[in-house]
Amino acid sequence: MRDLQGQDEEWSAAMRAALAGDGVAYSRLLTVLTPYLRHLCRKACARAGLAASEAEDAVQETLLAIHLKRHTWDPEQKLTPWIAAIARNKIIDSARRRGRRAETDIGDFENILSSPPETEHFEREQEKQDALRLLDRLSDKQREAIEAVSIRGESIRAASEKLGVSEGALRVSIHRGLKSLAELYRKSRT
Amino acid sequence: MKTEDLIAALAADLEVKPSPLRRLFALDVLAGFAVSAAFFFAFLGLRKTFFASLDEPRFLFKFVFTLTMAASGLVLVWRLSRPAAKIGAAGWAVLLAPALALLACIAEMAAVPRDLWMTRMIGHNAVHCLTLIPLMSLAPLAGLFLALRHGAPTEPQKAGAAAAFAAAGLAATLYAANCPDDSPFFVIVWYLLATLIVVTLGWFAGGRFLRW
Repeated sequence: MRDLQGQDEEWSAAMRAALAGDGVAYSRLLTVLTPYLRHLCRKACARAGLAASEAEDAVQETLLAIHLKRHTWDPEQKLTPWIAAIARNKIIDSARRRGRRAETDIGDFENILSSPPETEHFEREQEKQDALRLLDRLSDKQREAIEAVSIRGESIRAASEKLGVSEGALRVSIHRGLKSLAELYRKSRT
Repeated sequence: MKTEDLIAALAADLEVKPSPLRRLFALDVLAGFAVSAAFFFAFLGLRKTFFASLDEPRFLFKFVFTLTMAASGLVLVWRLSRPAAKIGAAGWAVLLAPALALLACIAEMAAVPRDLWMTRMIGHNAVHCLTLIPLMSLAPLAGLFLALRHGAPTEPQKAGAAAAFAAAGLAATLYAANCPDDSPFFVIVWYLLATLIVVTLGWFAGGRFLRW
């Protein structure tokens, strides 16, 4: 088993680098976090009586929240409890919106975040699953901007040339698109 | 969209930096307070005896009370604005202002004959107190709610109530400079009742507007 303190220090360092603008460290951190979040979401979904197929949506909703609320993390504090609190909030809220009582205890969230994630067949299936179908409900401008840098994996510069907009305008579209996605997620669960 | 694609989009958005929460909190509270202060000076103003009263302990105590309320509320709402932040003693600190008022009342009981107690408590215009404090709370409360929406309160109702407590403290500070009643008896009953109204509003508004 890995050293938990060390793991948190590693994650916190990556997040500090990300907040300072290091995109590579950021996507690496989010990628490392994803299996943990998936495990967490799947367990919480099961306990709240939600279908397991909801889990990947919850994972993406949590990643969006981590991203959009990253300025609320205090770099002097540990990262793991912060992530656990965000994930817990997202999952409980979505369960509540579906009229269920979610009994998810924060201690449990932190435990899962600090134990090694399981890699099962089921999980690999989930990974391939298309969540975030809500992308279609964005405005064309926002959807194209997000698709260019995500699904097609283009750089900001390449995407802005291809779409015929300035890099600044593209950044704004991506940012607004991500915010709308988070909002759509919230509303889609009522 | 697959999760790995989403991560790529998030990384692409890294350069759009959110404004620091601390600064936004300060700006929004100041802006809200400025609106209430403008209202105060336009329609109410300092009471005529304001400067003459500056050496009266009862008058000064009102500000000790309201500023303690505002400060403890602000500390608590700040802690409640971020996930996994330690609340610590900030939760209990909101009891400080009511406790001070209670002590002041005990002193007042010793200083004032019993047959005056009721008169002092009723005061001149309790209705003013009950309407103007909630009214002047609205702008700072709106400011704090904006700041909280930029933050990530995991307990929206508590955060809303704490914001309301702070806003009521700020509003009461303004009101105290106009209000002719200085007795702690008046303060503990009417100021706290007005605060309770605002805190109730903040609790429900928090549940409604502060989810994310």
